[in-house]
Amino acid sequence: MTAFLVRRLGFACITLFAVLTIIFLIVRILPGDPAQVILGDQADAGAVAAMRTRLGLDRPLLVQYADFLSGAIRGDWGVSLVTGRPVIQEVLSVLPWTIELTLYALLIGAAIGIPLGIWAAVNRNLFTDYAIRIASLLGLSFPAFVSGILLLIGFAIQLRWFPVISGQRATWTQWLQSLVLPAVNLGLIMAAYITRVTRSAMLEVLSEDYVRTARAKGVPWQAVVWRHALRNALIPIITIVGLYLGVLIGNSVLTEIVFNRPGLGKLIVGALNQRDYTMLQGMMVIYTLLVVAINLATDVVYGVADPRVKLQ
Amino acid sequence: MSLAATARPRSGFARVASATLRAFNTNKTSWVGLALFLIVLIIAILAPWIAPHDPIEQDIFSKLQGPSATHWLGTDYYGRDILSRLMYGARYSLIIGIAATAFAMVAGSVIGMLAGYYGGRFDTITMQVMDILLAFPSLILGLIIVAMLGPSLLNIIIAIALTSIPSFARIARAPTISVKEREFVEAGRSLGYSDARILFVHILPNITAEILVMFSLWTASSIRTEASLAFIGLGLKPPTPTWGGMIREGFENILESYWLAMMPGLAILIVVFALNLLGDGLRDAIDPKLKGEQ
Repeated sequence: MTAFLVRRLGFACITLFAVLTIIFLIVRILPGDPAQVILGDQADAGAVAAMRTRLGLDRPLLVQYADFLSGAIRGDWGVSLVTGRPVIQEVLSVLPWTIELTLYALLIGAAIGIPLGIWAAVNRNLFTDYAIRIASLLGLSFPAFVSGILLLIGFAIQLRWFPVISGQRATWTQWLQSLVLPAVNLGLIMAAYITRVTRSAMLEVLSEDYVRTARAKGVPWQAVVWRHALRNALIPIITIVGLYLGVLIGNSVLTEIVFNRPGLGKLIVGALNQRDYTMLQGMMVIYTLLVVAINLATDVVYGVADPRVKLQ
Repeated sequence: MSLAATARPRSGFARVASATLRAFNTNKTSWVGLALFLIVLIIAILAPWIAPHDPIEQDIFSKLQGPSATHWLGTDYYGRDILSRLMYGARYSLIIGIAATAFAMVAGSVIGMLAGYYGGRFDTITMQVMDILLAFPSLILGLIIVAMLGPSLLNIIIAIALTSIPSFARIARAPTISVKEREFVEAGRSLGYSDARILFVHILPNITAEILVMFSLWTASSIRTEASLAFIGLGLKPPTPTWGGMIREGFENILESYWLAMMPGLAILIVVFALNLLGDGLRDAIDPKLKGEQ
């Protein structure tokens, strides 16, 4: 077990190092001098040179690289070119919003998706199964901003249950109003994924010998499904949901824009629009950290929960 | 000799074709998906002939109108005909979606086949790199690449393609590993065939079905990504009628005229859903074990 963990941790470190290097290279190799881009086409050469010095772009590449790596590890990601505040502060100030949104979306997704997936699996090839599969496929087909806009049109503009713009969250009601629509939007798409994953994982498990044995010795069907089968199906479900993190992050960016909600997504789009290169670089670092950390966690959960995959 | 000839597996592509037809017939939803997709494809191809108006012609006097006899789906903020813009927008969505996925399919399949065929350290390192790319949120990666390269048609295609190469590499690798152990590959090798011949003549046809299924699913995803980029403001420059861009413009006026954002939203949904139905149905039929897995 220790060997497995050490190997995984080693892989995570290598991945992190590789991605940080790629980020460093992307920002520097892609066409377009950041200093020129920030100042615009009309800027004179002196101003561009001054900006290059300010950004540290006039130093040797290797020095910049070493600086970037050590900074990334220490949490020193430079200063935003637009606000002048440290990038890490900007990120930390909106991170709770994104985490809150993602967690509630996952909860909604699991609460809807797992029962639906089980229901479809135990009714395999019957009408219920087809209906659930088509519905979940439809859910997967929604770009997050389209479903978000439809929710906004329906519940905020037509029914007026929620304010269209809800930045306030001083009271409990305001907090709820600012959270419900975005979380439901993200949660429904997540539910579509989880439904499909649960269905196929359950189908796999329900055909196992131990399920037949449990049935044969007279365990009620309900107990077989919920106690014996679901527990075993949960492992692949967790793993695959972990792999969908990238999709979830992309969808959360779009959801934040539609509902005008602070978060990492709005921060990165703002940085792109304002050509805030240090912010952009910092954002890429945090996304990498998140992805690597969650992949590692998923691997470890998988390894701990299922001794069969250990040490592969 | 004659025995060997009859025992030989049927020529790869003929088998793929008949398997695909069988797949369509066992799964009726694939037909629905295909039909929906073909309708959109035909509209996109015929747009210049069937669109009732010029998609970028402005008419300030008839801005923000509801549906009428002259403008079936109404007009936008600049008085442009929404139906015509939707028809032309289909062209951009399909061109970008199909081109990006085709590029990713070719590059990813070659990478995956090589990794699976040669194995060893080459395989480990290649797939590790692919896993890193796969883990990175594709929308964010796409955003950054387009923002840096500039939002031209080619750059958008490249950005979206890069984000889906790893998935094709993974899909191509697994069947390559299992196929390369089969007798006919061993036979080819003992006959002295080159690696390239074994890979492309003998292994490729055996994994084509799976790759084609992924092609339709990933085209759906590419179209969704293109629309998302355009919605964020990194699509083709206005006044080019892209669906994502139309939603972006409509979203700015959502309180007064919500249908502006809704119509292109539904258009995207229809195409993506059609392609997902098509790919999902085919996958079920080709590999019943994977049924329902995304």
